[in-house]
Amino acid sequence: MTIDQVQDSIVEEFSVFDDWMDKYNLLIDYGKDLNVIDPKFKTKDFLIEGCQSKVWLHPEFEGGKITFTADSDAIITRGIVALLIRVLSDRTPAEIISADLYFIDKIGLRQNLSPTRSNGLLSMVRQIKLYAMAYQATSKK
Amino acid sequence: MKEISDIRKDFPILSRKVYDKPLVYFDNGATTQKPRCVIDTVDEVLTTYNSNIHRGIHALSDKASEEYEKAREEVRAFINAGKTEEIVFTSGTTGSINAVAFSFGERYIGRDDEIIVSNLEHHANIVPWQMMCERKNAKLRVIPINDNGEVLFDEYLKLLSKKTKLVAITQASNALGTILPVKEIIRAAHSMNIPVLVDGAQGIQHGIVDVSDLDADFYVFSGHKIYGPTGIGVLYGKEKWLTEMPPYQGGGDMVENVTFEKTTYNVLPFKFEAGTMNFPAAIGLAAALRYVTLIGRENIRERENELLQYATSRLLQIDGLKIYGNIEDKISIISFLLKDIHMYDTGMILDKLGVAVRTGTHCAQPVMDRFGISGTVRVSMCFYNTKEEIDVLAAGIEKVKSMFA
Repeated sequence: MTIDQVQDSIVEEFSVFDDWMDKYNLLIDYGKDLNVIDPKFKTKDFLIEGCQSKVWLHPEFEGGKITFTADSDAIITRGIVALLIRVLSDRTPAEIISADLYFIDKIGLRQNLSPTRSNGLLSMVRQIKLYAMAYQATSKK
Repeated sequence: MKEISDIRKDFPILSRKVYDKPLVYFDNGATTQKPRCVIDTVDEVLTTYNSNIHRGIHALSDKASEEYEKAREEVRAFINAGKTEEIVFTSGTTGSINAVAFSFGERYIGRDDEIIVSNLEHHANIVPWQMMCERKNAKLRVIPINDNGEVLFDEYLKLLSKKTKLVAITQASNALGTILPVKEIIRAAHSMNIPVLVDGAQGIQHGIVDVSDLDADFYVFSGHKIYGPTGIGVLYGKEKWLTEMPPYQGGGDMVENVTFEKTTYNVLPFKFEAGTMNFPAAIGLAAALRYVTLIGRENIRERENELLQYATSRLLQIDGLKIYGNIEDKISIISFLLKDIHMYDTGMILDKLGVAVRTGTHCAQPVMDRFGISGTVRVSMCFYNTKEEIDVLAAGIEKVKSMFA
């Protein structure tokens, strides 16, 4: 599936629920499927500074594609990062860099997470894109 | 005391809904909601006599200046300060502390001098002193606390020395709610001629504050935490200190005479009020203080104590819930964590149930470090909250547990 196809299916999965509690339960479930980071990478180097919850994100570049693993100490955050990984993991740097992540708005994540948390989400996206740019630069050499 | 249903009607925001659920506002420690009389007062200033204070020769400016100075006098009476000139308006508690840290530091602090704070301070009562210490090569000393969140008084006494130039302590911990023995702390410092600044940001709205009785050298607080507008705060300082201290900021209104060779400063309190002050907020603050007086400060304390007792016993019934800050003498704040559940997950779900709490370090990282935690969920109540709201909170916490267990 393309990035946009995955985004569309996430939007559809969320559209089933009107109630915020159900949406959060769904997020919690996504967190359970997260491709969890190897504990040895749970270090400061791979920590994304959010406001209140910690997120570790580890990239691996192989065969022209980046695979991400991650974890968070908060369960809702783990669900959010799991969604991002579902969309952006196992993609080429070029795909990641050009991705327009409209699903964040469409499922209401941006509006309904507090600004501090929203920033955490944005810093996760930024970090993923930075990794992609770095790998693209090295693979061009 | 007014009926609770009538009190709640005074605060328009309390009847709104969030996510289609009635708002339960338990973030009063961060900012309090505003009664109609405060909203109307600010509205009246802006619609009928908005004009810059202390400058104009016209009717509007006269009226605005008069109301602003009346507000100052009302603040004086409210905290029982000796003189109106001892009341300086600032932008808030943070602004007040920064002003003292700069001005007091410039006048009295030298190399190796010491400032004492407690382990319970908000960052606003730590960082300005650190900045001052850096400028002056002085040292910050910290009164430790015990596992209940109480300052260790004996340790405090040991810290006091000839090097101590100022003690800056909070009246109550914003993170845990524990009340400090401020009067005793001041008495001990004064026995060695050391002045004391009291951070009243979490004190003034919960009971009677009498700076003359406390004998505080400085007392600071924010308007928005006592039902007034944001952007206004108070710095009370004893005349002796304020007279000797140099101004913090230069600008209009704080001067007597300006030439390029030499500028002389205005008298107190104007020396510390450079530029156009937030006079609509100051006048709004006076309205808030009148409202608090109308409800009755004793009544407020009693009611909040009742809510605190009820909430504490209700929350302690919840399996796996741990409260941080366990002493008798508390303001109506409960800081807690649920076993194995991140505070952020707790706060996020409570929000979706209409319950506003704060999560995180509450701008008091040293407190969190002391307990080895990264933050807490903070429930901060005030007199307009109800036992029914506490029940909603308790049910919400159970819901959180069921979702994350």
